[in-house]
Amino acid sequence: MNHPKYEAVIGLEVHAQLSTKTKIFCGCSTKFGAAPNSQVCPVCLGMPGVLPVLNEKVVEYVIRMGLAHDCEIAEKSTFARKNYFYPDLPKGYQISQYEDPICANGTVRFKLEDGTEKSVRLMRIHMEEDAGKSLHDQHQDTFVDLNRAGTPLIEIVSMPDIKTAEEAGAYLTKLRQTVRYLEICDGNMEEGSLRCDANVSVMLKGSTVFGTRTELKNLNSIKFVEKAIEAEIARQIDIIEEGGKIIQATMLYDPHRNETRVMRTKENAHDYRYFPDPDLVMVHVTPDRIDSVRNNMPELPDQKQARLISQYSIPAYDAEVLSADKELAAYYEAVCRETSDYKAASNWVMGEVMRVMKEKLLSIGEFSLSSSQIAGIVNLIKDGKISTTIGKQLFEELLANGGNPAEVVEAKGWIQVSDTGAIEAVIDEIIAANPGQVAEFLSGKDKLFGFFVGQTMKAMKGKGNPKVINDLLVQKLEALKK
Amino acid sequence: MAVTPKDVDYIAALAHLKFGEAEKAAMVTDMNNILSYMEKLNELNTDQVDPLTAITDAENVLRPDEPKTMLQNEDALSNAPSKIGPFFRVPKVIDQL
Repeated sequence: MNHPKYEAVIGLEVHAQLSTKTKIFCGCSTKFGAAPNSQVCPVCLGMPGVLPVLNEKVVEYVIRMGLAHDCEIAEKSTFARKNYFYPDLPKGYQISQYEDPICANGTVRFKLEDGTEKSVRLMRIHMEEDAGKSLHDQHQDTFVDLNRAGTPLIEIVSMPDIKTAEEAGAYLTKLRQTVRYLEICDGNMEEGSLRCDANVSVMLKGSTVFGTRTELKNLNSIKFVEKAIEAEIARQIDIIEEGGKIIQATMLYDPHRNETRVMRTKENAHDYRYFPDPDLVMVHVTPDRIDSVRNNMPELPDQKQARLISQYSIPAYDAEVLSADKELAAYYEAVCRETSDYKAASNWVMGEVMRVMKEKLLSIGEFSLSSSQIAGIVNLIKDGKISTTIGKQLFEELLANGGNPAEVVEAKGWIQVSDTGAIEAVIDEIIAANPGQVAEFLSGKDKLFGFFVGQTMKAMKGKGNPKVINDLLVQKLEALKK
Repeated sequence: MAVTPKDVDYIAALAHLKFGEAEKAAMVTDMNNILSYMEKLNELNTDQVDPLTAITDAENVLRPDEPKTMLQNEDALSNAPSKIGPFFRVPKVIDQL
């Protein structure tokens, strides 16, 4: 959206649930989908006299995230209590970080649809615990499940550097890709593993004074984040154009009506009365610790993209498509371990494999053909044993019935015929059977050459070697011209 | 910086508590007494003292990411004033955040 008069100022707060085995301050399991209140203990239930102890993996994961975005990692950081009352927060406070977050001042770099490079500054990344879940719609009362209470979160807070809904979507897409690459969060927005709040304001173009902002809460897909921001920008511009004022408020997005609604205004905003949590000691991160996390960092999306280009000599576009998803890139590399035709492998993965994944809404993990089967097809084509056309037929056959590509080709009799004698015999028949087209061709209608190629291919049921057919047809037809 | 009845209203609202007028007046007195008692601390010069966030010098008290035994559902709910099935049950609250 591009308004002639106004521009938007957007900052995002993203919560990512860390994929640790246990909660942040106790040894309860974090497995998703367990029976209600079955993954709890005195610590996460907020019983008196208990002592929270920090999960070391949480520290490692948040440092990974910080290093991936060139953040400063604080040598010393502490936890604070954020106080508010809500039934899904059993202690009456959330343990979070306030004054000294573990990571500060980073950068997220990403690309927009049209290829423009954009970077957004990060204010901070901090550790905190998740709250439980309230179920409001089952009954006149509210039911509370505390399995999620104490699940480790990192909160990633951007500076207000985002200008459009599209940029917000691209930023979030990059963050999701990065947490998945770093293996610290599964990035699943529908299940709430990745959640996004957006701060939105508008101002006259070129102004340096930000307008009053509102906060959009609980946006649970990238599409909704974009649509909600669009709707909120439009709402704010309408109010200002009608001479009204924006009131600082928390908004909810209603996807059915595609509109944003005020949830609460600043008058009843909360005062969280943060103070240092005396139950938790300081986290001290030494340079050695940072080095050891850095040395064990998984490859990042941009690094993988660059490596795919140099290692397999594939175009930047291919590398970008393949590295969008870590598992997809791994699949491609597995194909490449069994063939030397890397570009063909990329064409097959980006073409047929991704087409089927899209049609059947499969992830690469759910796709039924193995990387060996794809490599098998690529190799049969590379070695001239089958044509690309037969290759696609073979792909469909493997999808339907499985099997070893070379054996299927053998059993079906799909081996490509490159024997010149056999092909010549077919071409002679085609020429004899189509005197009209031959005459037209000889009188200068060159386009008919394709007709002869097609007829020959058809007569050979797609098994003729296209290059040999082409060469022989040229020879035969040229001979007729003389 | 004396505590006023308005401050008591604000703090009571944050704590989800309600006071009658007499109780509120008593709170104003109590809170002012507590604050003036704490005022004593301001007599100390703390310019050179770092804020204390924990009373021990310990740092990096961490535990490995290994699951421990958890409570049985019935034990977890045993102290709950109200429960239903496997859930804690509370009066309906939507958005008091």
